[in-house]
Formats: sequence, C-alpha cells, structure tokens
Amino acid sequence: MARTVIGIAGEVLITAGVLVFLFLGWQLWIQGIALNNAQTSEASGLSQSWSASTTGPTAPDQASTPSPTSGPAAGTVSAPVVMAAPAETDQFAVLYVPRFGADYKRTITQGVDAKTVLNAGGAGHYEQSQMPGDMGNFAIAAHRDGWGSPFIKINELQVGDPIYVETQDGWYTYRFRDLEYVAPDGVDVLSAVPQAPDAAPTDRLITLTSCNPLYIASERIIAYGVLESFTPRSAGAPAAIAGISGTGA
Amino acid sequence: MYGALWRVLPGPVWARILILLVALALLLFVLSTWIFPLVDGMLTPSQPVTVDQ
Repeated sequence: MARTVIGIAGEVLITAGVLVFLFLGWQLWIQGIALNNAQTSEASGLSQSWSASTTGPTAPDQASTPSPTSGPAAGTVSAPVVMAAPAETDQFAVLYVPRFGADYKRTITQGVDAKTVLNAGGAGHYEQSQMPGDMGNFAIAAHRDGWGSPFIKINELQVGDPIYVETQDGWYTYRFRDLEYVAPDGVDVLSAVPQAPDAAPTDRLITLTSCNPLYIASERIIAYGVLESFTPRSAGAPAAIAGISGTGA
Repeated sequence: MYGALWRVLPGPVWARILILLVALALLLFVLSTWIFPLVDGMLTPSQPVTVDQ
C-alpha cells in the first residue's frame, strides 16, 4: 500500500515538473511567436489606418499642386511635427528597427506598466519623457527576453543604424548613437538631456531601455539615437521601410 | 497512476497508444491556449525592464 502511494506521489511530482518545463518552453517560444504575430498585425493596422485617414486631405492637395517644386514631396526633411501626448495605454506609434529584423515592427503604447502594456510584446513610452520628434528625449521600454522579446537584439545595434518611429503625422528617422548600462534605478537616462536632469535640451533623442544581462535583470541596457529627419505622411514612408510600413505586409 | 491509466484504456496496444497521443495533443493545446496564458497573467513579471525609482 505504502509503495503504491509513494509511486503515485512520484508520478504526480514528475508530471508537475514536466508541466513547469512546458510552461517555460511555452513562455520563451510559443508565446513569443503568438505575441509577435499579434504585434505585426496590430502595427500594420495602425499604420494602415493612419494612411487611410490622411488620404482624404492629401489627395486634393496633390491634385491642386501637381508641380514638384512645391509641397513636402520636394524633400523628406522638414520640421518635425510633435503630436500631443495620448491617453495612457493608447497605441500611438509604430517602431521599425531594420537591425532587429527586415520586417520588424512593434507598437508603441503610452505607459510602461508591465501587465497592461509591455507584456503585450510591444514597446511602452515613459509618460514623463517627450513625444517623438520633440526637443528632448523620446524614451521607450520593452522586454529583452520573454513576452515576444522585442528588444532581444538591442546590444547588436551599430552606430548609425536607423530607428524609425511612425505616428499619425509621419515617420521620424533616428540614428543609433551609443549604448549605456545603468542600474535599475538610473532614471536620469529618461531626462530631456540624459544623465543631466537639470540641463536644457538641445537635441532630439530617442532612448530605448531594456533589461540586461539576457534572462537576468540586474542592470538596464540603454540605447540612444539622434533624430536625423522627419518625413511627413504625404511624402510616403522612408525607402528602407517603405515595403513594410503603411501596407498590409 | 499511469499504469492504471494504461490498464483502463480499451482495445489493443496500437489503439491505446493512439488514444494517448490524441489526449496528449489535446492537453498541450488546452495548456498553451488557456492555462499557460492564465498563469502568465497571474505571475508578476520576473524581469522588470523599466528604469524606475
């Protein structure tokens, strides 16, 4: 009798162990695939809805001024439009980082709460930081590993790599500048001038934060980029992401 | 537990194996579709990624 009880208990424990490993495997791989698929379609949906809603106003504008000498089509660099801060948990932008993958796109949501924002597999915007294109610092966070691992390749960025942020107004092209590693309480990386909270901003920056090292979260890895140009929606997506932005791809 | 399960199953060996495989597939589907997301939602994130105070 005792042998039977012990035997059953052993089998239950082994089963429980297998279930835990199944959960870990699911969390690392299966959930990531599902979240990434969802992210890609959500990001595509946002991009398409913005393109669709601006087709109306821009179409007559193009019809009335067919001359290429006027209008924003003459050049992609124009003064950045800065949108007003959205409500918390609103998806207001799409992030493209070709270094992270040829078809990489993730949503950017207002706020950095893990359960309501980051665990959906996209990026979250630190509400106290500036909006895309603004003078100062547009700071976002995303998971490094698990929950889709959106920033798993953040350490592979090369100086000059483009980082695109698309909003309803158009595309902001940032260029990767440098990495920094800080303690988990290093909030000064979010300042308008990173690490100089009292300084007046003179640059338009993007800051990506994630955890470091991989699978451990004892530090934070910070990637900085500098705004290079703003492309209004009427001018179309930057060439490098034209195939994956504003389309169903 | 598993020995008893094997004895309870009807039919020849190949039928029992087939039943077990189908049951296993069903179990994995239920786990990954409903149970694991539920557990994931209940766990606090073990890997905070934000900088905060």
